[in-house]
Amino acid sequence: MSSEKEPLFSAKNLKLITTPLGAQNPITIQVLGICSALAVTAKLEPAIVMSISVMFVTVFANLVISLLRNTIPSRIRIIVQLVVVAALVIIVDQVLQAFAYEVSKQLSVFVGLIITNCIIMGRLEAFALGNKPWPSVLDGIGNGAGYGMILIIVAFFRELFGSGTLTLPGIGELQIVPDFMYELGYVNNGFMILPPMALVVVGIIIWVQRSRNKDLIES
Amino acid sequence: MDRQGNTYTFLYASVMVIVVAAILAFLSHSLKPIQTENVKVAKMIDILKSVNIESTAKDAKDKYQKYVGESAYIVNKAGERIDGVAFDVDLAKELKKDAADRAYPVYECKLDDGSTKYILPVRGKGLWGPIWGYLSLNEDKNTVFGATFGHKGETPGLGAEIEKEAFQKPFAGKSIFEDGQLVSIEVTKAGQSEGNIHAVDGISGGTITSQGVEAMLQDCLSGYESFLKN
Repeated sequence: MSSEKEPLFSAKNLKLITTPLGAQNPITIQVLGICSALAVTAKLEPAIVMSISVMFVTVFANLVISLLRNTIPSRIRIIVQLVVVAALVIIVDQVLQAFAYEVSKQLSVFVGLIITNCIIMGRLEAFALGNKPWPSVLDGIGNGAGYGMILIIVAFFRELFGSGTLTLPGIGELQIVPDFMYELGYVNNGFMILPPMALVVVGIIIWVQRSRNKDLIES
Repeated sequence: MDRQGNTYTFLYASVMVIVVAAILAFLSHSLKPIQTENVKVAKMIDILKSVNIESTAKDAKDKYQKYVGESAYIVNKAGERIDGVAFDVDLAKELKKDAADRAYPVYECKLDDGSTKYILPVRGKGLWGPIWGYLSLNEDKNTVFGATFGHKGETPGLGAEIEKEAFQKPFAGKSIFEDGQLVSIEVTKAGQSEGNIHAVDGISGGTITSQGVEAMLQDCLSGYESFLKN
C-alpha cells in the first residue's frame, strides 16, 4: 500500500463509481439482480425508491464489512456478510413502512429480497473484504447507482408507454400523454406493464450499450 | 487470540448477533407508533372507498372524521349494541372465537346527500393467505352500495384482481336478502351472474380466490343477520 495519502476523489477512486455505471454495470453486463429489476419497474416511483434502498444497502454493507474485514473469521465470513446485509435490509424495510407506507406496500416482498440480491454479496466478497472503507463506500455508490440507473430507465419507458403517466416520489402521478392523443385514438400499450416487457427493455439497453462499446462483445 | 480458532469464531458470531439484534430491536420499537398510524390510515382509506369516497394518506383522517366520525359501534350476534371501539376490533382475532362471542363492528356513514350507509368489515381466506374487505349497504340494510377488497398475497393478474374496480363495481345494487332470508352474494363463474340480483362474476383463473370471497361474505354477513333485520 502506498505511504502517500491519496486524495479522496483521485482518478482511481472516481473510477470505482464510473465503471459500474458503464462497462461493469451490474445489470446489463454482469446480469445480476435482474429479478427485482423486472418486478418493480412498472411504475417510476417504486423503481426510484427501490434504487435508493439498494444503494443504501450496498454502501453501508460495503462500509461495515470493509471496517470489519481484518477481524472477520474467514470460516464464517459469508454468514457475517449475510447478517450485516439482512440487518440493513430490515432497517430499510422498517423505515419505508414508517415513512413511505404506500410505496412499501407496492414493493412488498421485494424490499426483503434485497438480501438475496447478488450484487450486494458479490461486491462484499469481491471488493469490501479486500479494500479500505472509503474505496468500498465509493464502490457501493457506484454499483448501487449502476443498478438504480437501469431500473429507472426501464421504469421510465414502461410507465410512459404502459400507462401514459410518470409517478415521482413526493409529487405524485403526472399525466404525460395528453388527453387529445387518446381522443385521436392513441392507446396505452398494456403489454408494457407486464413483466416480460421489462426483460425486453433491459435487452434493448444491453444491445444499445454493446453496439456502442465494441469491447463488451464476446468473441 | 487466534483469529481462525473456534473460540474466536464463536465469540465473534455471538457478539455480532447480539449487537445487530439490539440495533434492530431499538429501531423497530421506535418506529412502531408511526407504522401503526399508517396501518390505521390505510384502514380508513379502505372504509371510505367502500362508499366510493376517494381519499389519500393526507386527507383520510379528516374525511373519516367527517363521514364516519363517532358513529361506529359494535353489535353482537343478536344485533344488540355492545361496548367497545369499533375501529380497534381486530377481525382476525374475532373470527377465531365462537360466532356468538364475536364483536361485529358497524361503521355508519353519512354521505353528502344525507343518506346513511352501513359499512360492514369482512375477512376470510383466499388461495395463499387472508383476504378482507368492506361492504357498504344502503339504508334498507339489503341493497349493496359498494364494496372494496384487499388481499395479502393472491396471484397477480388472477386472484389479485379482487382488488380491482372491475371486480368490485358489480357488487353495487345487488341485494343480500331474499324474502327475509339472508342469501349473501354468490360469486359465480365469469359471465354467469347476468340478471341475478344475488350474484356477481368471479375471476377466470382466480377460482379459489373468488370462492374465498363468496365464503367470506357468507360467513361474515351471517353474523350480522339479526342486526340487518332490525
